[in-house]
Amino acid sequence: MNFQLTVLLLIPAIGSLVISLFPDQKGQTLKGIALLFTIITFLYSLPLIIQFEPQSDIMQFVYNVPWFDVGFFHIHYHVGIDGISLFLVILTTFLMPLVILASWNVRTKIRSYLFFILMLEVGMVGVFIALDLVLFYVFWEVTLIPMYFLIGVWGGARRIYAAVKFFIYTMTGSLLMLVAIITLYFFNDAKDFDLVRITDRLSSGEISISPVAELLLFLAFFIAFAIKIPLFPLHTWLPDAHVEAPTGGSVILASILLKMGAYGLLRFCLPMFPNASLSLAPLICVLAIVGILYGSLVAMVQPDIKKLIAYSSVSHLGFVVLGIFSFNLQSIEGATFQMLGHGLSTGGLFLLVGMIYDRRHSHLIQDFGGLASTMPRYASFFMIFVLSSIGLPGLSGFVGEFLILQGAFLAKYSYAIWATLGIVLSAICMLWMYQRVFFGITEHEENRVLTDLNLRETATLIPLVILILWMGLYPTTFLHRMDASIHKVVARLEITHQLEYREP
Amino acid sequence: MNLNYTHLLPEIILSLTGIIIMLVIPFVSRNQQVRLGYPTLVGICLAFLVLILEWNQTGLAFFGMVLQDPFSQFCKALFLLSTAVIVLITMTYLKQENLAVGECYPLLLFATVGMCLMAAGADLIISFLGLEILSISTYILVGFKKRNYKSNESAIKYFLLGAFSTTFLLYGIAFVYGATGSTKYLIIAESIHTLNFEYHILLWGLGLMLVGFGFKIALAPFHIWAPDVYEGAPLPVMAHLAVGVKISALIVLTRILFQVLPELSQEWQLLLWVSAVLTMGIGNIAALTQTNIKRMLAYSSIAHAGYLLLGLTAHNELSLQGILYYLVAYTLMTLGALTVVQILGGQNEHYIQIEDYAGIGYRYPFLGISLSIFLISLAGIPTTAGFMGKFFLFAATLKSGMYGLIILAIIASAIGIYYYLRVIVLMYMGELQDERSLINIPLSLRIVILIMVLGTVYLGTLPGTFLNLAIEAANF
Repeated sequence: MNFQLTVLLLIPAIGSLVISLFPDQKGQTLKGIALLFTIITFLYSLPLIIQFEPQSDIMQFVYNVPWFDVGFFHIHYHVGIDGISLFLVILTTFLMPLVILASWNVRTKIRSYLFFILMLEVGMVGVFIALDLVLFYVFWEVTLIPMYFLIGVWGGARRIYAAVKFFIYTMTGSLLMLVAIITLYFFNDAKDFDLVRITDRLSSGEISISPVAELLLFLAFFIAFAIKIPLFPLHTWLPDAHVEAPTGGSVILASILLKMGAYGLLRFCLPMFPNASLSLAPLICVLAIVGILYGSLVAMVQPDIKKLIAYSSVSHLGFVVLGIFSFNLQSIEGATFQMLGHGLSTGGLFLLVGMIYDRRHSHLIQDFGGLASTMPRYASFFMIFVLSSIGLPGLSGFVGEFLILQGAFLAKYSYAIWATLGIVLSAICMLWMYQRVFFGITEHEENRVLTDLNLRETATLIPLVILILWMGLYPTTFLHRMDASIHKVVARLEITHQLEYREP
Repeated sequence: MNLNYTHLLPEIILSLTGIIIMLVIPFVSRNQQVRLGYPTLVGICLAFLVLILEWNQTGLAFFGMVLQDPFSQFCKALFLLSTAVIVLITMTYLKQENLAVGECYPLLLFATVGMCLMAAGADLIISFLGLEILSISTYILVGFKKRNYKSNESAIKYFLLGAFSTTFLLYGIAFVYGATGSTKYLIIAESIHTLNFEYHILLWGLGLMLVGFGFKIALAPFHIWAPDVYEGAPLPVMAHLAVGVKISALIVLTRILFQVLPELSQEWQLLLWVSAVLTMGIGNIAALTQTNIKRMLAYSSIAHAGYLLLGLTAHNELSLQGILYYLVAYTLMTLGALTVVQILGGQNEHYIQIEDYAGIGYRYPFLGISLSIFLISLAGIPTTAGFMGKFFLFAATLKSGMYGLIILAIIASAIGIYYYLRVIVLMYMGELQDERSLINIPLSLRIVILIMVLGTVYLGTLPGTFLNLAIEAANF
């Protein structure tokens, strides 16, 4: 029994309670407290990396006690992490202090704002560590309400529309997942919701489900995750949510919430329903490629920087899905790496857009131009994140995309060819945006007097830059720890694959 | 077979309290009548105490007319607690409206007696009598605001339609008697089991009884009256209609279907399937367009009856515990929401439109947070009672393999989320319309709301204890 992960959940939860004790007027104190709690959470999560056994492919830091074990229902509080979730947990705890630093300019209703941010942290960490299906579902939904409020209360002009759209989309998907979870339970003679054991029993044939049932269960989970990722054509909530959300909300949404969907695919869909995954893979890969191309093409013509980054996220997450459904070690490792890399680079871009919004109250490209001369430091940071996002070698984005393309190439030539075209398009769109915003002549008078980044803002960005360089230059630190767990996922798929071909 | 009157002690205590208060009313001055709520509460507490002391003492009483079993005790406890909350709301309501209608307390007590008898009836006649005691008290309660047109209109509507539907029920009971030769549950079940009955006549009886109960529970297509009556009724009475009347009728229906007519499940499952879909669909879709919060909650309570029907339709060993758990959850969240609506409504139910809720989340933090939690629970989002309840009901439905029904239930819930959220959106994301003075919430109500909020969260996060209770209660 190991309490580490539980404590990781408790620290932000206690933080949110502490915050609700203070009045709204003490804005700065409240921000300080929230920052303190998120930093403690981050520091507390660091030993996980060191103590993590890279060679082992089983769950580590496991804590498993009955939550309610009554009558027909045996539901456990079961948490643990493996190589796939380890870095997603760290990414979450790492980004939260930065999000709070980026929210330093939020003035209205600051107490509830910070409360929701900390509740979100509880939910997100919970999603990545939960190993019981019901527990997972509960955390999955817990992230929904705070995000809904963050968009709806502190968002832009069309915030309510965006918030409701976000909520309805995600909730419909999750209800489907709930039905799938309960149905799976009835197939399971041991009558539990334990993810690890259900997965083992499914692959050993102890739980037998018919191909049709497997396909339907797979689809129910898949749709829930695909909405979250978001996979084309279920992505339409994302641009609205991003544009309207406050900076902190956008960063969390892009960097962590979207990863929950991809994580779900890796943790649930592939290991539990390998047959259905294999048979639907061509369709899903095509959707992913359409998403890659469509995302970057639509991003290109956006007049709004936030929307542009949102659509480029659709494209980047298309890569992640393509990687996951190419079913080999490289591609899935690349997908996991890309999740982290995208979390850092897109998170950074949204932070930067938030900083300029604080100064100019606009994120329309046409309002800018020539910023490089007035805000040189800002421009250089922006360049680093843009380059990382389009996959320049030496930065985090490259490793992920390269591995995914390599894996996709092994799976099918044409996938890789189309996806490479997507990289070119996304480079064009990001660099063109950069050119319009930062170069050229300064047309708007307001832009001449803008101040460059201050100490707090620089401090927010520097940790991100360090990590991006680290991930780009020495990815082994990360890949090394993912290897065993991803190998297990792939091995399971390969067994199924061989069985399928031997049968006739 | 003997009298065993202790099994009916809670009902006897309630009736006596009611009669005594009735007798005392003429001697109490007009502005003191509000305080008659205190003896009412004492009576309810006594009845509750007796019920707890009698817990686990099961058996038949009154010559096999009344049955004391874990199921009836569970329901009685639920009724007593919900009536206590309704009495508290009534007290603030009377004070706020400056009404001197002390009679509503004894009427509430009599209604509760009816509800308890319905839960404990082991004979169709007793259940019918319980229903009539409940209904007649409620007809009067709906109209107790006698200078208000809407209240009067509601009372007349409810009375006419209620009386009409009761005849269906009675007719159905007569058919059942004709088919099987008895009105006692156990004997009817026995004669069905031994195939000693007239199939077609029994089927007619079943159908007619379903119409009667369907009206009381407000199941589609017999729900048309509900929103009008709920809207016009004074708020505490609306709470009584949405919780007490609905739940007690559902409980009798559950007992009759599961205990007396389980062997006709082929027939009634089909009817309930259709009704469940209609009820969930109509309830949720109609709630979308409402501008009045009372009407919205009325449609929402129709929708929730639809979710409960999922459990009935499934008819397996998970159904009953799911239904009981959901009933507790439903009582907590509906009563909670209505209590807050009553406090926010102000004098003459002035602020009753949904748009009046704009921006009040930050004006009244306590009420805002409580109402949000109740609405989130009604929407069925995790960590609240509503989610766990739905989880158990969905589990029961899936166990019977009714995938079509569950898909429709999911669509209905997804629609439902929208209108619950709309209120929360307005409360926290809208702008305050006019200057509102601070509301002075009586301490008792503040505590009750707090208990209901905590209960909603407790049932949603640690369902073990209550699920155990529900499982124990889930055997006849």
